[in-house]
Amino acid sequence: MLSRVADSLYWTSRYLERAEHTARLIDINMGLMLDRSRLSAEGRWQRVLAAVGATQSVWTREAEPSTEPGEWVGVSALVHALCFDTAKATSITSCITAARENARQIRDEISTEQWQRLNGLFHEIRRLRTAQPSERNLAEFLPTIIDGVHLFQGVTDTTLSHGEGWHFLRVGRYLERAWSVTTLLDLYQREVFRDDGMSDAGEYLEWVGLLRVCTAFEAFCRVHTAELTHERVLDFLLLNADFPHSVRYAADALQDALAAIQQQTRTQHGGELMRVAGRLKATLGYGQIGEILAQGPARYLRHILEQCREIHNLIYAVYIQYSVETALAV
Amino acid sequence: MNTAPLQGTHEHPLLRDYFMDTAFDEMFDGDGAIRPHYAALFHELTTLPPEEIRRRKQSADASFLMQGITFTVYGRDEGTERIFPYDLIPRIVTGDEWARIERGLTQRITALNLFLHDVYHDQKILEQGVVPRDVVYTCQQFRRQMRGLRVPRNVYVAIAGTDLLRLRSGEFVVLEDNLRVPSGVSYMLTNRRIMKRTLPSLFRDYGVRPIDHYPQALLATLRSLAPEGRPEPTVVVLTPGVYNSAYFEHTWLARQMGVELVEGRDLVIHDNVVYMRTTAGLKRVDVIYRRVDDDFIDPLAFRPDSILGAAGLFNAYRAGNVTLANAFGTGVADDKALYAYVPAIIRYYLDEDPILNNVETWLLTDAKQRAHVAANLDKLVVKAVGESGGYGMLVGPQSSELEREEFRRRIEANPRNYIAQPTLNFSRSPCLLEDGSIGPRHVDLRPYILFGDKVTIVPGGLTRVALRQGSLVVNSSQGGGSKDTWVLGA
Repeated sequence: MLSRVADSLYWTSRYLERAEHTARLIDINMGLMLDRSRLSAEGRWQRVLAAVGATQSVWTREAEPSTEPGEWVGVSALVHALCFDTAKATSITSCITAARENARQIRDEISTEQWQRLNGLFHEIRRLRTAQPSERNLAEFLPTIIDGVHLFQGVTDTTLSHGEGWHFLRVGRYLERAWSVTTLLDLYQREVFRDDGMSDAGEYLEWVGLLRVCTAFEAFCRVHTAELTHERVLDFLLLNADFPHSVRYAADALQDALAAIQQQTRTQHGGELMRVAGRLKATLGYGQIGEILAQGPARYLRHILEQCREIHNLIYAVYIQYSVETALAV
Repeated sequence: MNTAPLQGTHEHPLLRDYFMDTAFDEMFDGDGAIRPHYAALFHELTTLPPEEIRRRKQSADASFLMQGITFTVYGRDEGTERIFPYDLIPRIVTGDEWARIERGLTQRITALNLFLHDVYHDQKILEQGVVPRDVVYTCQQFRRQMRGLRVPRNVYVAIAGTDLLRLRSGEFVVLEDNLRVPSGVSYMLTNRRIMKRTLPSLFRDYGVRPIDHYPQALLATLRSLAPEGRPEPTVVVLTPGVYNSAYFEHTWLARQMGVELVEGRDLVIHDNVVYMRTTAGLKRVDVIYRRVDDDFIDPLAFRPDSILGAAGLFNAYRAGNVTLANAFGTGVADDKALYAYVPAIIRYYLDEDPILNNVETWLLTDAKQRAHVAANLDKLVVKAVGESGGYGMLVGPQSSELEREEFRRRIEANPRNYIAQPTLNFSRSPCLLEDGSIGPRHVDLRPYILFGDKVTIVPGGLTRVALRQGSLVVNSSQGGGSKDTWVLGA
């Protein structure tokens, strides 16, 4: 497979995963805002911004020349921008556009059904995209994104050969998922998790929110009942082996897809990538929540993020942007 | 122009608007009688209920849409994709007519390849004054980088698509040779596929000669041109990318041949060897069917601002490590001014008379011819020598005084850049019109010629139709469409 094609497949699915994640993040936090909570509106949305990797300065209103810092733009303008602003690379519209653009470059490598789903989603967004923020508009927009991405994934699994290209799509999806869930856990553990293990109603709401962002509330309850503790939430989202939005599950799937690619390409330069993907899988597979909490979850989570970044860099070095000298020196 | 309604015994409501004039009609002869090879088709069309015809037309349109057979129009909204309009009524060429076309095209491509080899080596034809030196050297497509360079089998033009017209007398003539990156062959083949589904029994009864082996023939041609010592050559199709108007065709051809479709950025040149970048490492490339113009193919050798090509490709080519089809610099042989010399070129190299004639052409660098053209602009067609696709041309009888004045000015400013030809009243073929009736529209014919270890011309071609009544421009970018071309057994 051409490296360019692999690259486009990888980013198509990363962007789609990101769009879906952002849509759910906005949806849940809009709901949580209706309840009273310890968090101010500003604090909540700063966290959302941090979770999608946006720097705050970009999202505050341009400061007057004399006054600093810039004024907080207000929730509805911010949400509108997160959904629709094409000038912001992290907005949902930008993600879908980028996914479609990547897929369009390799129109021939994906199935017609996949293209139709993605293209349809893109045109649907253009229809819903309006200049003025409105609640009705959002109520239609966010489910459209989530459903659209789910449909794309379903169609991908049933219409595309499960060969190298399909595995690259999986790599993109699960690497993005591991990254975004870990980032989210990192933000929550700083603010919401407290040491006493007891929780008040406000905190309870935040945990439910976190689980819902990861579509994990029902699955969590089935394992732990609705009795939420920060330890259990962290354990479930980080280390559960069966739940598809847990970091461990994503790492397993990622390692599996990379191993399949390695086997198909038989490249001789894939050893280091295999090692790093295997290490991430082992870190999570053999992780133990008590230990993690004792040593400080922040460090552990940061370590996971570093490994994700390393895997991304190695995918590029092995399959996509390798130097001619490396490739020829066998 | 005198036009008369169709006379004779075929007073069918579908033909109520059918007219004839001095132009050759593909279906009816001068007396309004049906040509024998159109009889069965005519019968089918006039006996099928109109709803049935409409239904088949709709199902054919839907097939095109579903397959995403589109082209991009330049100069409009970026990336406007349109379906190539398609006409349901096939154009039929008899076995005898085809035999002559085939011999004529073989002769022409052979002579033009000899000419290119000569121009880039000994230049005997220039020394002997058969073709003036300045015509070659003032041609923008002349590549001095190609001087003295050997190409495999001395084949410069491996893929050509020559445009033919049929004159009043019924004779086929050559309008232009497309020797750089001719397009449209995917339409020829998809038209055929859809036609087989639309009029299956008629198709079978006619004994139409098959064209479906074109992709294999193309692949065999490309492989036969591989550099020496590469017995199992890797062939790729090089596309400028997704925004190119013929991108559909590039992907289609790659898929039909079962080879990779690459862009310039997929290619890496190291030690004058071309590789493509794959997930399994670098893979050596031996033959490139390139659909990128000379100018853009290598920023080191040609236009430095090009991002469509691959740096170093020309050096790898010069080193003989990769074959490009077509070769660089073939444009010198399809320059519209050089075109006037092709009959002389055929006589010079082959010592034969041309089987297919040229259209009369005035060269505007000649003062006498220029004066004639300037005085008769309203009767002539003026074309820019380097343009294609129907861009940059003036159709005299359909132009305004303002447009003619503009062209007079342009010709004076740069006479080498233009040629003039008579406005040809070329042949018309019956077409299914919007309102469901049948009317005559002008058509041309572009057969596709392959030249590798031998010349292969699949029996057929792209018949392009000027769908607007009275229009003489058949290019898809100018509102043209196409129809299937049936070549009958001899």
